[in-house]
Amino acid sequence: MNSFPIIRVVSKLIIPYILLFGLYVQFHGDFGPGGGFQAGVILASALILYGLVFGLPAVQEVAPPRVIEKLIALGVLIYAGTGIATTLIGRTHDGGQVPANFLDYEALNHDVLHGFLPHGQHLGIFLVEFGVGITVTAVMTMIFYCFAGRSRLFNEKASA
Amino acid sequence: MSSDQFFGLYNYWIVVFLMMTGFYIVIARKNMIKTVIGLNIFQVSVVLLYITMGKVTGGTAPVIPPALAGQHDAHDQHDTHAAPSGHTPAANATAANETVDHGHADHVTELAHELAHELTHDATGDAIHGVTETAGVIYTNPLPSVLMLTAIVVGIATTAVALSLIVRISEDYGTIEEDEILQMDRRQ
Amino acid sequence: MFVSVSILTLLAVTAIAIARMRDLWAAVMFTGIFSFLGASWMLILDAPDVAFTEAAVGAGISTFLMLGTLALAGKKEKPTTASPIVPLLVVGITGAALVYGTLDMPHFGDPAAPVQTRIEPGFVEKSQHDMHGLPNVVTALLASYRGYDTLGETAVIFTAGIAVLMILRRDPEDCDHRVTQKSASTEKKGRSS
Repeated sequence: MNSFPIIRVVSKLIIPYILLFGLYVQFHGDFGPGGGFQAGVILASALILYGLVFGLPAVQEVAPPRVIEKLIALGVLIYAGTGIATTLIGRTHDGGQVPANFLDYEALNHDVLHGFLPHGQHLGIFLVEFGVGITVTAVMTMIFYCFAGRSRLFNEKASA
Repeated sequence: MSSDQFFGLYNYWIVVFLMMTGFYIVIARKNMIKTVIGLNIFQVSVVLLYITMGKVTGGTAPVIPPALAGQHDAHDQHDTHAAPSGHTPAANATAANETVDHGHADHVTELAHELAHELTHDATGDAIHGVTETAGVIYTNPLPSVLMLTAIVVGIATTAVALSLIVRISEDYGTIEEDEILQMDRRQ
Repeated sequence: MFVSVSILTLLAVTAIAIARMRDLWAAVMFTGIFSFLGASWMLILDAPDVAFTEAAVGAGISTFLMLGTLALAGKKEKPTTASPIVPLLVVGITGAALVYGTLDMPHFGDPAAPVQTRIEPGFVEKSQHDMHGLPNVVTALLASYRGYDTLGETAVIFTAGIAVLMILRRDPEDCDHRVTQKSASTEKKGRSS
């Protein structure tokens, strides 16, 4: 797509805003419509747009497949790890610590910087959505890499 | 058939129509990409079916503005007090709904619905209790939204796997028409 | 009402157009339009989260994936010789059965429908108390009340990603384009794919 200056310039202009919007949707998901799934898809679509316009090697400089590969697993690990953390921490009940259930976010209550840092349910939802966002972004980007890696179109473009 | 019934069920019929279009594409077309498209249409129609069922007339999206949420906290005491008293009439009303003979005419069901409304109105004053309602605002049921949100994302994941299988098949067979692939397999 | 009916009609028309189309490229584009129309209707039905996801996933990623598949597997559908009578019959009977089933359904927007009355108190009220004022009930429900569900679903996406990797990647470096490029330039020959 080297011969389409308008597409190149316009996508270069809007990609930062797509990424910013993706982050907004990710972290504003508790307050407005949005969350990990939508944010992941939006972030991945920014990467895919970059790859479509500037070629596969360019986007793989930004997001190397080795890193993306690990991020696929990391997201699920963050999610499951939050659950395991809640069981390990336990919740306060009648003044004593009792074991909490898997993904029982009440265990994440804390008093560090109260009112500024999220805690309890908010922190749990935040972490879980973060994990979902990472996995979805990574999986969608990886699917794009695999499809584009198969295409002759992209291999020729890579050599151009 | 009354016009009330027609507009009450119109959404379902459109959804059934879309579902059947997707089903038709799946069973009538031999091209694999077309089959995946058909499955996608089917999936969207199922999502629409669920979302349609969750909608309440006069409701709004289940996002509670912090201002209203604060108001609700102040009324918390009152709500917990009202909940048990409101529950029994609602349960009675639904029981009445169930006992209506299904073979009977529609106006019986309508009557039961009216009864349900009256009972719930009595229980909570000016609000319909059966509907999720906070600080005077009616909210649409969030549960179908949540279920469908996950369904859509799982749907794209399975679509991606199907499409990657199609890519592999086309590389090995040179075609993605089901009957041609079947012929090639038989010849071997 | 008018907007709703026109969107529903457009959805039906688009679905028929997709079913009749031979050109796969156009059919994929119409699928994107179909998803977008579906998303608009979900917005009218007070489900902004689902509409958002459908617009991003159905009209965005899914269209892109299908176009990518078309680029690899050919754009034209072979004209079929089989008669469409049997499928139409099957679809007609199934559709008639489903429409007959809808006659017992609660009407659209009915506040006394079982969906609205069975969970008592509703999640909207419950989440206000449990979540300490988290505004978006859908997110609270998704990540907290139904946390197991979402964990399983994330695992499904993970599995799908791994599956696509295993199906489409020929050797460990295949999806990494920079490596194949380097090896190609050192060997002074193009990749045979």
